[in-house]
Amino acid sequence: MEPVVQLHGAVTLLGRFPALAGIDLEVAAGEIVLLRGPNGAGKTTLLRLCAGLLPVARGQAVVLGHDLANRRQARSLRRRVGLLGHATGLYDELTVADNIHFWGRAAGASPTDIIAALTACGLDGRLAGLGVATLSAGQRRRTALACLLARRPELWLLDEPHGGLDQDGRDLLDDIVRQAVASGATVMLSSHELDRAAALAHRVVTIVGGTTDALDPLPTSEEPVLVP
Amino acid sequence: MFRDASLMAGKDLRVELRSHVTTQQVAPFAILMLILFGVALDPDRGILTRASAGLFWVSVLFCSLLAIQRAFTIEAADGGRDALRLSGLDPAGIFLGKAAAIFVQLGALELVLAAGVVVMYGTEITGLPLLVATCLAATAGLAAAGTLYGVLAAGLRVRETLLPILLLPVLAPVLIGATRAFEAALGGAAADGWPWCGLLAAFALLYTAFGTLAFGTLLEES
Repeated sequence: MEPVVQLHGAVTLLGRFPALAGIDLEVAAGEIVLLRGPNGAGKTTLLRLCAGLLPVARGQAVVLGHDLANRRQARSLRRRVGLLGHATGLYDELTVADNIHFWGRAAGASPTDIIAALTACGLDGRLAGLGVATLSAGQRRRTALACLLARRPELWLLDEPHGGLDQDGRDLLDDIVRQAVASGATVMLSSHELDRAAALAHRVVTIVGGTTDALDPLPTSEEPVLVP
Repeated sequence: MFRDASLMAGKDLRVELRSHVTTQQVAPFAILMLILFGVALDPDRGILTRASAGLFWVSVLFCSLLAIQRAFTIEAADGGRDALRLSGLDPAGIFLGKAAAIFVQLGALELVLAAGVVVMYGTEITGLPLLVATCLAATAGLAAAGTLYGVLAAGLRVRETLLPILLLPVLAPVLIGATRAFEAALGGAAADGWPWCGLLAAFALLYTAFGTLAFGTLLEES
């Protein structure tokens, strides 16, 4: 089966600065890949590139069969990926339920999927009716996760997903990621919480200075679950 | 496209219903402008009555700047712009939805301003069909052009100050056409106003068509 992510010498410029300076990476379907590296290494840029939000300046970048050098293909890719970044994209004026409904419906999710996402993230009941502006950082993170879950993306791109979550929230996130992979999704995540994230991941890739480290991939405890 | 437009418009109007920015900030601003025009021009209403059409549309124009700024400020917060790009929504649908929400808000403001003009300036409403048609066409033009320029300015750090500079010259034809049509309606010569109303409708159609085509590129590039 063709890899979900194929990057060969991919270069991405932020202004004139090469934020990614020749990334080589392949991610198989059903794999959970942890990106690690120091601040400014290019993890977030790599996730945004794979989401189709940044152009590839040189090299090859193909995600879910979409060639990112082609802007039209990069745009059509976005329907199939979900990015949980530092920013949540939530509307403070709306309630938790309103936000999940809007982003879910935007991606074509059914009302059943939206309610299921709300429940799976522990946001049903009183929390659903609260305004997002009144939420704690962890509750905002859960709401953003529910928006992502309602979209049912094929490729999950999670940038520091454990940040701001309490212990229950982190366990919940890990469970949701595992369930997503079990149902056929692929996951790339960046994290500084290496113990927890490495336990979740099938493979760890180190990024330094905008390139993949020569020592990677590092072995981890589990083999990838490859979807037939 | 229309499903996405409906979703977007519903969301923007829901944000407005929850935040009350139009009712608690923009509408009082509009009324305040009418009062200030009254104080500045002529307390005995002589000039005010004659100039009420122009003053009404100048007020609408300034209110529309606030409504358009607001429509894109809510998308700038907490990564909303990237979220929109990733959402799967058709850019043309986003454009039409945001323009529709601005149209509804401006329509409500025009009702408030019309009441203010009647009460404060002593303007008598005549030629109602032309007044209503002019309001519909001019508001559609303001909403369409405003949404187009709003997304253009939204990606810039100086958006708050740049938007009026970009937008006011573009909206000058709306101000002129709507004022002339209103003057004709209020002066009892409605037949003279319909060509201006036609011009406003053409402006609205042009910017709606252009915005539907160009919004996606502007959302990506600006």
